[in-house]
Amino acid sequence: MTTALSSVSLPPPSETRPADSIRFEQVTCRFAGSRGGAGYTAISDVDLHIAASEFVAVVGPTGCGKSTLLNVASGLLEPTSGHVSIFGQKLTGLNLQAAYLFQADALMPWCTAIDNIAAGLLFKRMPRAEAQAKARDWLGRVGLSGHADRYPHQMSGGMRKRVALAQALVLDPPILLMDEPFSALDIQTRQLMEDELLRLWQADRKSVIFVTHDLEEAISLADRVVVLAAGPGTRPVAEFIVDLPRPREVSEIRMTQRFLELHSAIWQVLKKEVLKSHAHAQA
Amino acid sequence: MRTPKRKSPAERSVIVYQLALLVAFFVFWWAAVTTGLLPKFFFGDPIGVLHQLIRWFTTGSIWRHLGNTLAETFLGFALGTISGLIVGLWLALSPLTARILAPFINAANSMPRLIFAPIFALWFGLGIWSKVALGVTLVFFVVFFNVFQGVREVSPVVLANVRLMGANRRQLMAWVYLPSATSWVFSSLHNAVGLAFVGAVVGEYLGSARGVGYLILQAEGVFDINSVIAGILLLTVFALLLDMLVSRIERRLLRWQAPTQAKTVSA
Repeated sequence: MTTALSSVSLPPPSETRPADSIRFEQVTCRFAGSRGGAGYTAISDVDLHIAASEFVAVVGPTGCGKSTLLNVASGLLEPTSGHVSIFGQKLTGLNLQAAYLFQADALMPWCTAIDNIAAGLLFKRMPRAEAQAKARDWLGRVGLSGHADRYPHQMSGGMRKRVALAQALVLDPPILLMDEPFSALDIQTRQLMEDELLRLWQADRKSVIFVTHDLEEAISLADRVVVLAAGPGTRPVAEFIVDLPRPREVSEIRMTQRFLELHSAIWQVLKKEVLKSHAHAQA
Repeated sequence: MRTPKRKSPAERSVIVYQLALLVAFFVFWWAAVTTGLLPKFFFGDPIGVLHQLIRWFTTGSIWRHLGNTLAETFLGFALGTISGLIVGLWLALSPLTARILAPFINAANSMPRLIFAPIFALWFGLGIWSKVALGVTLVFFVVFFNVFQGVREVSPVVLANVRLMGANRRQLMAWVYLPSATSWVFSSLHNAVGLAFVGAVVGEYLGSARGVGYLILQAEGVFDINSVIAGILLLTVFALLLDMLVSRIERRLLRWQAPTQAKTVSA
């Protein structure tokens, strides 16, 4: 590994590359203030391109608008200006090519694990038996074969996340949007889930936007780490190519020299934004 | 979650205490009227009530009345629940209509609706349908407000997730709104059972030719206080039975819920 620290660069110029799975073009999101108040700009003029099969982690200070980015990419939120393209197509309405892993629990509490996973397939009019078989297969792949008939309240936080992961992946979407999906888990479960995610992702590399506030998690998972500025009106301020070899083992890779170099380089940038965000909150 | 077949010792002693309390009540009542502490003429006596109940059941004269009252209750309960469910879902999913109708619904709900009984008797006659109508107006609002609330309390994250999985409007209804509203509906049904009985009995009381309410009215006319109390006891027992039936169905349908959850809004 002779490469010097990856260059800190602003987002790449917007030449049209059809290989991009997601392109944010000049995306701004403004929320109206209550009672004619000033309003709040969550993200402003974001240009961000995610290549097909690329795993991009987005880090930034708490509350800077990371989730807004994903909500726009999923089509749940329409940008105030600018637009998002999915595989070259301008996104209107919901982005059905993407699966979204939410920070909060998003499983249907009235459905068992298997029904939660099979639901998306049934929506697509797959015959029930086939959907059940596929769901069962995915339940096994996330290591929950014996828990098909459990309801969400009967499962631990980690198990629920696994079901949510299977629920997203069973539909085989080309894009995966993840919003701090493991932040509610304890540290051991979290590392297990990260390894699990890498293993599943390695099998058929989907495009991933992984939002997190945990820099270590970002570096150990991603091909590229994008740092967002402190809010309001956040935008990418820097990005780093993570050239760590794959397949990775998250607990081991965190001990390597290269990881530590990347960590300190990215932290230099992130720290400034965190401090800014902190100062803003104090004001 | 099904309750275990074998009851724990603590649970068993609760039942023992409950039975003891019930027996104590009747003994106290009996003692009070036999010693003359309370006048028998106004308070009846438990032995007389028991005799009346036995007479009703051995002669079979009660079945006609009881059947009538239960039919009215059941119809009022079923129609009120179904209409409350449908209108609740509809209004919760079309906010504009809900906003337009809100003052009218609130007005209708705050009206003392029992006062409609004479009007319903004029509109629907003295048969069972005027009582069913009264029951429906009582049950409808309880169920309606709970469904309305239940649909609006659907977790936005779950909703967004299911929409992104590609569910269309009909599938959203079947997979998200309806199951989510179910828990609210059931907590309201316990109130609704009682109200359906109120509708039926008050309706009968105000004008009918059969039913337990009619029976009570007749007995009251001749100051036969034992029959009045016997009628009331009979209604209480059947209301409890119906409530138990609702609990049973509730346990089956709400197996997905963590046991601690319970909620309702009062109408």
